[in-house]
Amino acid sequence: MQKVIETSGICKKFGTTTALDNISFSVNESEVFGFIGPDGAGKTTLMRVITTLLLPDSGEIEVLGKNCRTGYKELRKEIGYMPGRFSLYQDLSVEENLEFYATVFGTTVKENYHLISDIYSHIEPFRKRLAGQLSGGMKQKLALSCALIHKPKLLVLDEPTTGVDAVSRSEFWDMLGKLRKNNITILVSTPYMDEAMRCDRVALIQNGKILAINTPQSIKNDFSSKLFSIKSREKYKLILALRSFSETNTSYPFGENVHVTFKDNILPPSLKGYLTDYGVDDAVISESEAGIEDRFLELMQT
Amino acid sequence: MNRFIGFVRKEFLHIFRDYRTLFILFGIPVAEILIFGYAVSMDIKNAGVAFLDMSHDEITHKLSDKIVSSGFFRKTEDLLNYNDIDRILKKGKTKAVIVFEKDFGKRMIREGKASLIIIADGSEPNTATLITNYTTAIVNDFNMGIAGTQVASAMKIVPEVKMFYNPNLQSHYMFVPGVITLILILICALMTSVTITREKEFGTMEVLLVSPLKPVQIILGKVAPYFLLSFINVLLILALSWFVFHLPVKGSIILLLAESMLYILMSLSLGILISTVSSTMQQAIFISLIGLMLPTILLSGFIFPIENMPEIYDYVSLIVPPRYFIIIIKNIMIKGTGLLYIWKETLVLVAMTAVFIGISVRKFKVRLE
Repeated sequence: MQKVIETSGICKKFGTTTALDNISFSVNESEVFGFIGPDGAGKTTLMRVITTLLLPDSGEIEVLGKNCRTGYKELRKEIGYMPGRFSLYQDLSVEENLEFYATVFGTTVKENYHLISDIYSHIEPFRKRLAGQLSGGMKQKLALSCALIHKPKLLVLDEPTTGVDAVSRSEFWDMLGKLRKNNITILVSTPYMDEAMRCDRVALIQNGKILAINTPQSIKNDFSSKLFSIKSREKYKLILALRSFSETNTSYPFGENVHVTFKDNILPPSLKGYLTDYGVDDAVISESEAGIEDRFLELMQT
Repeated sequence: MNRFIGFVRKEFLHIFRDYRTLFILFGIPVAEILIFGYAVSMDIKNAGVAFLDMSHDEITHKLSDKIVSSGFFRKTEDLLNYNDIDRILKKGKTKAVIVFEKDFGKRMIREGKASLIIIADGSEPNTATLITNYTTAIVNDFNMGIAGTQVASAMKIVPEVKMFYNPNLQSHYMFVPGVITLILILICALMTSVTITREKEFGTMEVLLVSPLKPVQIILGKVAPYFLLSFINVLLILALSWFVFHLPVKGSIILLLAESMLYILMSLSLGILISTVSSTMQQAIFISLIGLMLPTILLSGFIFPIENMPEIYDYVSLIVPPRYFIIIIKNIMIKGTGLLYIWKETLVLVAMTAVFIGISVRKFKVRLE
């Protein structure tokens, strides 16, 4: 299979801060590849390096078979880029924005309408409205339409779902799934761990380093110990109790529950009594399947 | 080419959607022309003068009539003694007092000379100088009249001063070219630098960079609309100065428009240069306004003649583009000279434009750093 992106040992520093530290990965054709990591992990910098907006200090990067230093002009014709910040013209209407990006890339809205029809049809009723007056979800759809209008081979989306409601986020991922069928490779970054499951492969990134690259399922499976989920009305007290418990290995709040691992990888029989002594008497303990976030936290520990 | 047209179309949409931009583009030039033309007038019209006539004879009456009927002055009062002078000047409406000595007429006839004192209000130095100059001119003229009738008096050589090109020494002649020069460079540089930094600030530049648009296309696409609008501005200012101040263009209007286009282009490229060194709109506005307004007003010869400055300023002013355009536009508008007299200045502007564009294209960042 042909590699769309091939990088090795990319480093990038801003002053004394290291934004990217020895990053190596490759992306296959027609793949949805996700970068998962918290804010400040280096996702945006990496996206900008891939879209030729930044040059790495060292390391090699080839996108669509072109070198980022020498072939950036040809490469820019084939990339669709949606930056993290909404960056369309707020004083132009929906329609005008789309037409502008179409002409800039030397195409017309008509020619590639089939690519965006799914997405654009949601905002088409508002095509005369100024982009600045759209809601967050609609802005995001417009930005995606604009990034897609020239039928790019590689679509780079920097945190497309940040600041968007849960329903729109889910819709958005459905759309990306459909796009993949048009032979478009999609590179997407997100701080939301739950979105990792919608990617073909993900890279967990933290402090400019890649912690792991694999399919989301394998990453979950790599979780090394047995995970227990404990629920109580007094969550804060529960966490304090677990942290002071001698058998506890890790404990992290996870939604309504607390995810815990224990030193001997078994549920210590003394736990229930310890919790009751601590004042947490309604604890419900169950064995749980590890998520991406659990694995992420585990990787951060090592 | 389609790309370029699409880009220019987008720029026009930006301009027409933003009323503030339109106001800056067209409102400010009109306002400035009117303000400079009317309010900052350096001419005197109906300045109040009082007379202290201690002679009261035919000649003093004739002379004071001549002064009042000149149109520059308006008689406020006839004073009776010296003590009144201070009082009336302090009131403020009277800008000067003209005093005829005792037996003014008699002395004039008997000795061929008599003295007259002009006491002007020095707290307004400009007006005071103008009033004394104007009065002296009127008195000289009167002298000539007397000399003509009184054949007996000794022949005197009296210099006859004649102002070429601007016979009445009207200040519009100086201000209109000056304002055109100032406004064009300010608006062109400000607008282009702001519109480019705006793309940087709003993050749209990021998307433009990751597109097949070439730097030259982005720059020219930004410049083209403002070039057209600034040119309309020049026509507007010229029409305004013609209809309101009756200021004619003595030389070739085509040459004037062509030179204006060159100057606009120079200012626009200066704006692009500013945008390449500033990353926010605020910076761009600051550099354009502070960096261009003062040098243009102070060092271009617009208000203060460069010849009167210390030598070092003369050298500094050599790099101030408006200096050259002022010479060009004054030559064409007021003196009516052709390209033959201004080709050097034109060449300097062409060279500056080339340098600015060259540096801008080279400095234009194709990446984010």
